[in-house]
Amino acid sequence: MTFQGIKELLIERFGVEVVVGEETGGLQPALLIAPDRIADVCLELRNNPATYFDFLACLSGVDYGITANRFGVVYHLTSIPYQLQLTLKISKEHGRDVNDLPSFPSISEVYRTADWHEREAYDLVGIFFENHPDLRRILLPDDWEGYPLRKDYQAAEYYKGIKID
Amino acid sequence: MSTTALERYHQKIAAAATQDMVLNMGPQHPSTHGVLRLELITDGEIVKEVIPHAGYLHRCFEKHAESLTYQQTIPFTDRLDYLSSMNNSHVWVMGVERMLGIDKDIPKRVEYIRVLVCELNRIASHLISIGTYGIDIGAFTPFLWCFRDREHIMGMLEWASGSRMLYNYIWIGGLFFDLPVGFEERCREFVDYFKPKMAELNELLTNNQIFISRTANVGVLPLDVAINYGCTGPMLRGSGLKWDLRRIDNYSAYGELDFDIPCGQGLMGTVGDCWDRNKVRVDEIGESLKIIEQCLDRLQKELKRTPDFDPRAKLPRKITPKAQDYYMRGEGSKGELGFYFMTDGKSEVPYRVKARGPSFNNLSVISEMSKGIMIADLIAIIGSIDFVLGELDR
Repeated sequence: MTFQGIKELLIERFGVEVVVGEETGGLQPALLIAPDRIADVCLELRNNPATYFDFLACLSGVDYGITANRFGVVYHLTSIPYQLQLTLKISKEHGRDVNDLPSFPSISEVYRTADWHEREAYDLVGIFFENHPDLRRILLPDDWEGYPLRKDYQAAEYYKGIKID
Repeated sequence: MSTTALERYHQKIAAAATQDMVLNMGPQHPSTHGVLRLELITDGEIVKEVIPHAGYLHRCFEKHAESLTYQQTIPFTDRLDYLSSMNNSHVWVMGVERMLGIDKDIPKRVEYIRVLVCELNRIASHLISIGTYGIDIGAFTPFLWCFRDREHIMGMLEWASGSRMLYNYIWIGGLFFDLPVGFEERCREFVDYFKPKMAELNELLTNNQIFISRTANVGVLPLDVAINYGCTGPMLRGSGLKWDLRRIDNYSAYGELDFDIPCGQGLMGTVGDCWDRNKVRVDEIGESLKIIEQCLDRLQKELKRTPDFDPRAKLPRKITPKAQDYYMRGEGSKGELGFYFMTDGKSEVPYRVKARGPSFNNLSVISEMSKGIMIADLIAIIGSIDFVLGELDR
């Protein structure tokens, strides 16, 4: 199934507002999805016999810059039966306060791969995933402050009273 | 919000400590193959739950990559899966070349040398996996045999690149150097030497009744679970699916080479058990040897070295890909290794890089696989997953 076919399938199934745009400039086109519907979209793409995107290859949290104040998640899906790849993107504008994280629905119910990947995105980029079963930090210690892959991250001077240099 | 997940975890451990026993396996346990900590909730010998704790080897690869140029990041990719550094840098380099649009201009000889060194490195990585798996199960000799044979590969790759493990050999648009004179002949000698050694190793370990008893029907991973957890490489193929990105994507020179994709058949027990996963690695060594022989044939005939051949001739002077997103995937020795690039088209450093390590996804299934098993079987399962912490923690 082609990229346009997948887009039409999603619009037919969920209505026109679910696909908020597309990026076709690069080598790999991407569909921009309404953030609230991402779990439904992934479930449909996984279960629909015409697509069967049964494998989540990669999930990346993205900070779109200090001035943009926009956070997003990029999903790379693979269909093993049809040997297809698809990129989905969700994003929304949100402040940079570390006590008020941008929040997106978790897709760990659809793909168990997303469990650890979403923990990593939470850990490093500071994105909260609703309904995630166990959203703890995964690579950094539990008491780490800040989210290192944010563009405005400042490395701490001290860690547990030990000076870092 | 976030504290509740942490609190729930602390409550679970506190509750388990009163009724069951909480046991830490690692970070210094010999069979965790590096600094991985598994927290086991056990009832006697039965494992009720496994909680993995990763991150002891976190070296901020993605943060580093955001401030270094594409060429400067290649040594960092070597340190992801440090047992098969060539495969990592190969995938990284191909991703950058495709973004620049120069992937079709790479000379054939360079592509074949890349495949040759990658497959040598894959054999070295699988030898470590098989050898250490034997030692986990209690067989010491295969470990020494595997390291003895791996030493030949290390020596050859050191000869080519100057380094034993972290090569920085594959560059964007070419190679660090051409192969040293006499490399092809030495490599052919190694292949002839190594084939009977693999038969010996199979007699000693793979078809050993004690080894079969310890691994067959243990840690069965059904195919649908493997796919849903994102397992790739020998994990996925061990569960019976012929899915190898070298064949699916036909990248580099793999499209012109002839090799099979071994997959688990449940010869000793169930499809997807620990023995199958180990057998897939053993068979892949044979397939890699086939690829190496075909590469050597071509490198010694139509792609023979010429005095004026310069592996750095196609190196781009300025590496500034136009603004785009690109996800490059390739078959590392552990599974699908992916790099996701975000570029802004103006600077020489990527805006964001995400490394998708196969070990990260392969290990995540361990909690699912090890519910209600014996502690000794957990060791067999960990060994059969064959993860490298450098790639898991990045």
